[in-house]
Amino acid sequence: MTEIEQKRRPGKILGVLALLSVAAGLYFALIKAPPDAYQGEVQRIMYIHIPSILTAYLSFFIVFVGSCLYLWKRERRDDILAYAAAEIGVLFTALTIVEGSIWGKPTWGVWWTWDARLTLTALLLMIFVGYLMLRSLIEDPERAAVSGAVLGIIGFLDIPLIHMSVYWWRTLHQPPSILRPDKAPWDNVHPSMLIALAINFIAFLLLYFYLLSLRIRVGETEERIRTKTLEGAA
Amino acid sequence: MRWTNIDREEKHGLPEPDRLLLWKDLLLELRRRESLLAMFFFGALLLFIFHFALDVRPEKAADMAPGLLWLAVVFCGTLGLMQLFQAERENRCLEALLLSPIDRAVIFVSKVFFNLILMVMLEIVIFPLFWVLFNLTAWDRLPMIFLYGLLGTVGFCVVGTLFSALTLGARGREILLPLLLLPMLIPVVLATIRGIEIVLQAGDFSEALPWLHLLIGFDVIFSTAGILVFEWIVEP
Repeated sequence: MTEIEQKRRPGKILGVLALLSVAAGLYFALIKAPPDAYQGEVQRIMYIHIPSILTAYLSFFIVFVGSCLYLWKRERRDDILAYAAAEIGVLFTALTIVEGSIWGKPTWGVWWTWDARLTLTALLLMIFVGYLMLRSLIEDPERAAVSGAVLGIIGFLDIPLIHMSVYWWRTLHQPPSILRPDKAPWDNVHPSMLIALAINFIAFLLLYFYLLSLRIRVGETEERIRTKTLEGAA
Repeated sequence: MRWTNIDREEKHGLPEPDRLLLWKDLLLELRRRESLLAMFFFGALLLFIFHFALDVRPEKAADMAPGLLWLAVVFCGTLGLMQLFQAERENRCLEALLLSPIDRAVIFVSKVFFNLILMVMLEIVIFPLFWVLFNLTAWDRLPMIFLYGLLGTVGFCVVGTLFSALTLGARGREILLPLLLLPMLIPVVLATIRGIEIVLQAGDFSEALPWLHLLIGFDVIFSTAGILVFEWIVEP
């Protein structure tokens, strides 16, 4: 077995686990869990809607941590991590918005409404699409890494402020029905719904880390090609 | 000579290196008049276009005023930001500036002040012009709105200066800058427009307090963050 194949092995195992858990998640969400008392079958979107946005939040937090670490220690791998997390975070945020739209049309009667959480999610998407654009438009890789890290930090700091401002501006979103202060989760939600949600959350996490590991390997390969080319030029 | 004038004023206001850099920028602007003139004309043009697009009737003008007014300021400001580091880009002046024995934060602070002065001059012209063109009658509320707008302007200048420097090395910088800046400025845009709305209708600040706090918080957080990270943005 070559060195590269050995490196790929943990990633492959993660990939298989992700595939299996996504299949299990789909089974529990589409078949095992009962339809919602008020919303009917369309509520099943919730089983992927909540995991995708939570994964996206996790991703932007990883961008923030990677950016801080890079500015502090200047290790290439922290920057590769931040860049990879930003890309996948954008993917999951976009997914969340699409899922939400599909759910919103039959439930609220509109594809889009100017509610606080929707607006916040769309703005998050814009900020991190901006991050990706900034990185791709700066040619010098060192500069791109530093600029990206600064933007990753500034963007993350801005999230609570954006949240506050759009929240004051308006609120119409479905109030949280699982984590409610007055009731324990198992009192107002059918247990099989919670199980389906939990399994899907684990599935999304596994899928997320699998994609992240793939994207990090792409970043490392790019890095190797760059240093080899530099050596060749010298 | 101008230098000696500056030396004598050392006791108060900005520290000397900041003042020198600020003076350099102001002098350049005074001689070239590139940014400010363009901003003035673009602002006036926007007010005309807003009026054509929305066909604002006098009785509706007061409802639309806060949004339109602040949009004009933000768009003109963005135009100004593209020119902000122009002098430093020519002849590798930025490298020379970085070689000089001053703290990098000084460069940032002086640029923010320069940008702020430009924006305030723009607002001094645009705000009354808006009142005239849109037939607003509440002239007595103009100073208060101007003061409130100043808080939003500080937030705009701080983040704008930061991003103007951040995109210096990027291709297609003119397109990238507004794309990065506008989503980031949403708290400032919302807080300023809602606040101006309240002041215009009620005539005092008390209802606008949450927005006022948000603006102050934004200004403080990003001034601090800007001073801390600017060093990394411009490093050669």
